[in-house]
Amino acid sequence: MIEQYLPIILVLVVAAVFAAAIVFSSRLFGPQQPSKIKIMPYESGKDPVGSTHERVSIKYYIVAMMFIIFDIEVIYLYPWGVEFRNLYNEYGFFAFWPMLVFLIVLELGFLYIYKKGALKWD
Amino acid sequence: MTLLEITIITMIRIAIIISVLLLTVSYLVYFERKISAWTQNRIGPNRVGWRGALQPFADVGKLLLKEDIIPSASNKSIHTLAPFITLVIAFSTYAVIPIGPNVTLFGYDIPLAVADVNIGILYVLALTSLGVYGITLAGWSSGSKYSLIGGIRSSAQMISYEVSMGFSIAGVVLVAGSLSPITIVESQYGWMWNAVLQPIGFITFAISAFAETNRLPFDLPEAEPELVGGYHTEYSSMKFASFFLAEYANMIIASALIVTLYLGGWQVPYIDKLGLGETLTVLIQIGSFFVKMGAVLFFFIWVRWSIPRFRYDQLMSLGWKVMFPLSLFNVVWVAVLIMLFNI
Repeated sequence: MIEQYLPIILVLVVAAVFAAAIVFSSRLFGPQQPSKIKIMPYESGKDPVGSTHERVSIKYYIVAMMFIIFDIEVIYLYPWGVEFRNLYNEYGFFAFWPMLVFLIVLELGFLYIYKKGALKWD
Repeated sequence: MTLLEITIITMIRIAIIISVLLLTVSYLVYFERKISAWTQNRIGPNRVGWRGALQPFADVGKLLLKEDIIPSASNKSIHTLAPFITLVIAFSTYAVIPIGPNVTLFGYDIPLAVADVNIGILYVLALTSLGVYGITLAGWSSGSKYSLIGGIRSSAQMISYEVSMGFSIAGVVLVAGSLSPITIVESQYGWMWNAVLQPIGFITFAISAFAETNRLPFDLPEAEPELVGGYHTEYSSMKFASFFLAEYANMIIASALIVTLYLGGWQVPYIDKLGLGETLTVLIQIGSFFVKMGAVLFFFIWVRWSIPRFRYDQLMSLGWKVMFPLSLFNVVWVAVLIMLFNI
């Protein structure tokens, strides 16, 4: 078990060290002379108006919710996909149609979202 | 093998993979500029070194000597954290992709991937999902409106295409019966490449890969004419270079994934029938992996300089109304193929 996952841990550690070195190196060589105008938020040469932490359009939240729903469905497909061949050899067509029903239910939910207008962007 | 031996072998492999990755990234930038120049009838970089071949190193040197500006309106710790997250993910995703068959070296049976885990595909999916954080946090913490819009757009875009990416990979998992990239490559023996078996899944995966790496025609998070630089407007010096490097590293990972999952990985059809020596066969197979990867990378660049950018509503409707049903259909298609022909 540990033999398989030790390389992953090592990769993550090396990647973190490398990334930290690169991000930190931006402080090492360059000049550091911040001025009030230089560190102003960029707004095409005008003085910035208002704050950026305003409310965001509801559409983005709907997309996020849809993502959670459908991405979980994807994860349900994977164990079935890994075992499908064995299941088919053992149970025949019964290995297939429950998943088909599941996908159709999923698609019906998708059609409901579509008809409700959650996918309209204009 | 003892833990110490595993550690040493892994460190060697990590060193090789990371240096290859960094070198490929720098030359990918160079080739992108050269190819774009060629498409637009220009010359491209030609001053530093032979035909501009040292240009990538000059660029890094220049960026190192630039001032690191942290804008006053930004959230300073998150502003620094964002490029860090992006880089960690760009460096570590490559770990599970095999570049060749298992080889026997000094008495060890070594798989040519840094980590041979049986849930490799889940690892890739998990890390690419985390990639959203780097970009969204960068956009949110910068305190500039362009960055914010770029960050929000990119989070919506990446999660939308992640769904169809997941469904496309489910088709590959069905054929291979495993989540390990090495088994997936081995299941595509001969001409049984997944691109041949499931062309719809191949196309939806490739398009999702474009969207996930924020490449044109899906580069709305950094659409230059409208958002200046998008989520990295407020970054300079090596922090800007981090995003740039990560973008190209992600492109390399995406093309390696396309090759591994759909184009047979390191497989060369019927090479074992030719009766070549074992070493030569392995070398040709490793070479074929890189040739395929180079072809996919060229395709990425070619598309970038040929196709105009989508409008945002077109992007979202393509993702949800076309890609999602198609990739769902692909899963059913593969299951029916397996039942009918027992492939």
